[in-house]
Amino acid sequence: MAAGPGRGCPGTGRDSPGTGRDSLGMLRNSLRMLRALLVAALAAAPAGGNSVHRKIYIPLNHTAPCVRLLNATHQIGCQSSLSGDTGVIHVVEREQDLEWALAEGPHPPYMILLDGSLFSREILMRLKGSSRISGLAVAAASPAPAQGFSPGLKCPNDGFGLYSDAYGPQFAHCNGSEWNPDGSGLSYEDFPFPIFLLQDANETQLIKECFRAHNLPPAPGAAPQFPLCALQLLAHMHAAASTVTCMRRSSLQSAFSINPGQCCTGAALGGLQWGCTGAALGLQSTFSINPGQCCTGGCTGGLQWGCISPGQCCMGLHGGLQWGRSSLQSAFSINPEIVCDPLLDYNVWSSLQPINASARLPPEQRLVLAATRVDSHSFFWNVAPGAEAAVGSFVVLLAAAQALQAAPGSQRLPRNVLFVFFQGESFDYIGSSRLAFDMEHDKFPLRLENIGAFLELGQVALRNDSVLWMHTDPISRRNESVESQVQSLLSALRAAGPGAGLSLREPGQSQPLPPSALQRFLRARRGLPGVLLADHRGAFRNRYFQSIYDTAESLGLRYPEGLSPEQRLEFVTDTAQALAQVATLVARALFSLAGGAAGAAESIRADPKTVTRLLYGFLLNSNNSWFQSVIKPDQRGILGPFPQHYVAVSSPTNTTQLLQAVLGNLTGASANLSREQCQEPGKTPGTLPELYEYWWVQGPLDGNSSSRIPGCVRSGVRLSPALSPAFELRRWDSREFSTWTESRWKDVRARLFLVASRELEVTPGGTRGQGWGHGDGDTGMGWRRGQPGDTGTSRGQGHGDQTGTGTGWKQGQPGDRDGTQGWDRDRMETGTARGHGDGTGTARGQGGDRQGDTGTQGSDRDIQGTGTARDTEGTQGWG
Amino acid sequence: MGAAVLLGCAAIALGPAAALLLLTVAAEPLLLVVLVAGAFFWLLSLLAASLLWSVWVRLSGREDAALLPLGAAAAVLLQELCRFACFKVLKKADEGLATLSEDGRSPISLRRMAYVSGLSFGIISGVFSITNILADSAGPGTVGIHGDSQYYFITSAFLTMALVLLHTFWGIIFFDACERRRAGGLGLVVGSHLLTSGLTFLNPWYEASLGPIFILTLCTGLWAFSTAGGSFRNVLKCLSCKQEPEGQAMLYSALQVPPEG
Repeated sequence: MAAGPGRGCPGTGRDSPGTGRDSLGMLRNSLRMLRALLVAALAAAPAGGNSVHRKIYIPLNHTAPCVRLLNATHQIGCQSSLSGDTGVIHVVEREQDLEWALAEGPHPPYMILLDGSLFSREILMRLKGSSRISGLAVAAASPAPAQGFSPGLKCPNDGFGLYSDAYGPQFAHCNGSEWNPDGSGLSYEDFPFPIFLLQDANETQLIKECFRAHNLPPAPGAAPQFPLCALQLLAHMHAAASTVTCMRRSSLQSAFSINPGQCCTGAALGGLQWGCTGAALGLQSTFSINPGQCCTGGCTGGLQWGCISPGQCCMGLHGGLQWGRSSLQSAFSINPEIVCDPLLDYNVWSSLQPINASARLPPEQRLVLAATRVDSHSFFWNVAPGAEAAVGSFVVLLAAAQALQAAPGSQRLPRNVLFVFFQGESFDYIGSSRLAFDMEHDKFPLRLENIGAFLELGQVALRNDSVLWMHTDPISRRNESVESQVQSLLSALRAAGPGAGLSLREPGQSQPLPPSALQRFLRARRGLPGVLLADHRGAFRNRYFQSIYDTAESLGLRYPEGLSPEQRLEFVTDTAQALAQVATLVARALFSLAGGAAGAAESIRADPKTVTRLLYGFLLNSNNSWFQSVIKPDQRGILGPFPQHYVAVSSPTNTTQLLQAVLGNLTGASANLSREQCQEPGKTPGTLPELYEYWWVQGPLDGNSSSRIPGCVRSGVRLSPALSPAFELRRWDSREFSTWTESRWKDVRARLFLVASRELEVTPGGTRGQGWGHGDGDTGMGWRRGQPGDTGTSRGQGHGDQTGTGTGWKQGQPGDRDGTQGWDRDRMETGTARGHGDGTGTARGQGGDRQGDTGTQGSDRDIQGTGTARDTEGTQGWG
Repeated sequence: MGAAVLLGCAAIALGPAAALLLLTVAAEPLLLVVLVAGAFFWLLSLLAASLLWSVWVRLSGREDAALLPLGAAAAVLLQELCRFACFKVLKKADEGLATLSEDGRSPISLRRMAYVSGLSFGIISGVFSITNILADSAGPGTVGIHGDSQYYFITSAFLTMALVLLHTFWGIIFFDACERRRAGGLGLVVGSHLLTSGLTFLNPWYEASLGPIFILTLCTGLWAFSTAGGSFRNVLKCLSCKQEPEGQAMLYSALQVPPEG
């Protein structure tokens, strides 16, 4: 102890003690010195991960949080308080275990470890309504619940498809045909506490052991003895209320930054701003544990942090000294200026015959469009296996594209075929609505009129008795010319059926189209002849739609025991055989729709080997020898086990990149070019860069050595943006286009530890129960305030709604456990980070309620609030 | 865990030192200078120990428990070396002060210097040893998930308190021994410092480390008390409030005997 040659402690001598040159005020001097010592002692507080820390906390590293998503009107997902929500663990394995947490247990709030089989709407709504719950950790059920589980909606993408009160009102809102009857809609609920998925069974076991060791009562009916085992979940979301609110806030910030006149005056401003922002960014990334997660949208957003908000900027003008402070503050600030990012990515498309990407097709030319979706979703962030929902169908389309490309005479077909893989379809048709929008506005090589036939693959991997259903839109078929075109489309499919070993049926004229990209295209061009192929007649056969259980197992993908990963990659499973049949059907139908001779189509056959490799790569492990050989050398990082297909906010996602590479490999040809020529094809004559894309791939391994044989691949595979037109048009309240955004967050973390008795629980940093008032404040009140029609300046609205109300509400609650902690760090940071808000909105809302006033201090004090509140925490908090 | 634990541990660990500081040192500017000088020398020893440790680890390429006792011993020796340096510097300063003063006598006695520099060593080392622990005691978690003793924070605080007091006593004995050129006293100081440091290696077994350390503290305190000229009679005299004119230094010494033993 005395020796302690450990790591040096930072922050000593911060406040050099007055050495008392005058003999007056000695006591004061010594008090100051004491304080300085204390400050010095506490300045070392943020140093985490030391040995004492390790004695206290066990970090849980394999978790997935539920995060907040927002659309034009709502927020969904989960929220924790700024420093994380803590609760005593209670393991719930049977429904009656809940009673302890909800009513009997003497140590609320409780953190529930919920067995996956109990993760239902009914139970979650009970937990949501209780103030005794501080969060939820969910252990996935294994095997998947037999009765089915889908946190998605019963009527997916309702309101953004084809049917509305104006078009087919009898079909609007899935009237009479719920596609996903198992859907509980849990993903679309807003929870005021954090919910994490435990992905590692060992960590689940660890929590359970800790629970059994500490939290079980010594005798039935008795209260468990302290110390108790507790769990802290941190997933604080910056955005609140709705996309309208969070995008307005972000755009306001950039408006102020663009117009320096409004912010401050002076030529030096630009320079100052840059310096400050730079510092803020640098510090931010130093302090943030995972900067990648923080600014998922790319760091352009990050540039708008720091001093650009008006309050901080003007503070800089008031006193040069405060600059340092404000930049330091923004470094610590939890709230960057951008609080949410639109869900976006890229659609992948390619054509059978090369298309000039920069030219436009003549209006009379017709082609066939074959489409499917690539993304899925689940309750938890970036856990979206989507085996049946997406992978099965896009694998089929990939195999069909390969088969068609290889078909003799395919390059001389009278009609071209376009393959499109839509991203973001799970979130109100982001990809398809954008492509239709681009076609309408002449931003894509073809226009909507050029589409002669539209063939979409829905969920096809779970078919029964080799029957596939051909879904069409009954309303547009009332038109005779459309009907005849649809009939020719259907007959082409029917004709291809027997050869592929499939029988094709129609569900009947009284049934609308299932949720599909075709709906968006029909919405853009009524009368488009289109068909959706699916394995279900009515409701989805997929019992795990948009859930964590929609995995390879749910497709029945099974391998014999004892196969190595490479053998699995090549082993043709029954599922792959079945999907290859569908791919053959699709390829033959497309061939005949493109004008190919009926006899020639017979020779087209999709390769089951390709299908099985694709299934393995997109469901089980993308880090396999085939995928390794088709990617660019700098893409190695995107490969890994259990790929997820969530659309996300940073693009292109791994799925998109892989799809691009694989499609290039399947439909492209190798080009005899050097690396330099391949990477800059424009400089080499004869490469036709407007028709082809060139990829320098790392190639297969060279025999047994570790070196590879790289090569250049020429293909027609391209990307087109999949960002909802709502953001292009800046119409964030759009009811026509998807408006989904994902909140930003700073840190997502879960840790296990023991807590001592409640008497010792008065903490300065904020612990249990903190999240409650806070989270709710953000949510409920923020939402109400963000409604249009709220008067006042737009600026006041923009900030007032989240901040002020959030905290103010919390403080104002009479029975709130932590309402009296005027000095808790949480509140301080909230007040500060968002302190640039116009205080009026808040004050008005609270109507002079004294507690409310205290709560909103940060906002009320506007410009001052930013500097002082932070300053207090930094240096005087303990004085 | 919470503010209660944080404040309680801070008060236990640094409370006696703070009381001594306020009651005996804070009122006199020159003593404050000595205090800062002492702290500076302790920090020098920490710097040297840190450098030595990092070089050591770099060279041997391992950072395991086997190196720790050696590192601790080296750090103790470095601290005592710095205490000696501190003595030399203060001695020189004392001579300088004596020449400056009107009556040719130094305004502070060497005994008081010894006491204050010892206290400063104690305070600064106490602050450094307890800081990280205090920071983590604020919560939300408490020690024990790996089966560690729940009393980790409070024993650390008591250990720090003992350390602060021990440093104060060592300072008095050390300076006295240097002044009178008694190698035995020096050896005993260094030896008991090494012993204290060594005892902390028993640490999850708190009865074995904390008990002996407190007994050691009591003994060292009595020894320092007698070194500073204290005796049972002085205490009685002090208690009966009959102050002798030259009794000030002894009064201070009398104050430091910790009641907790």
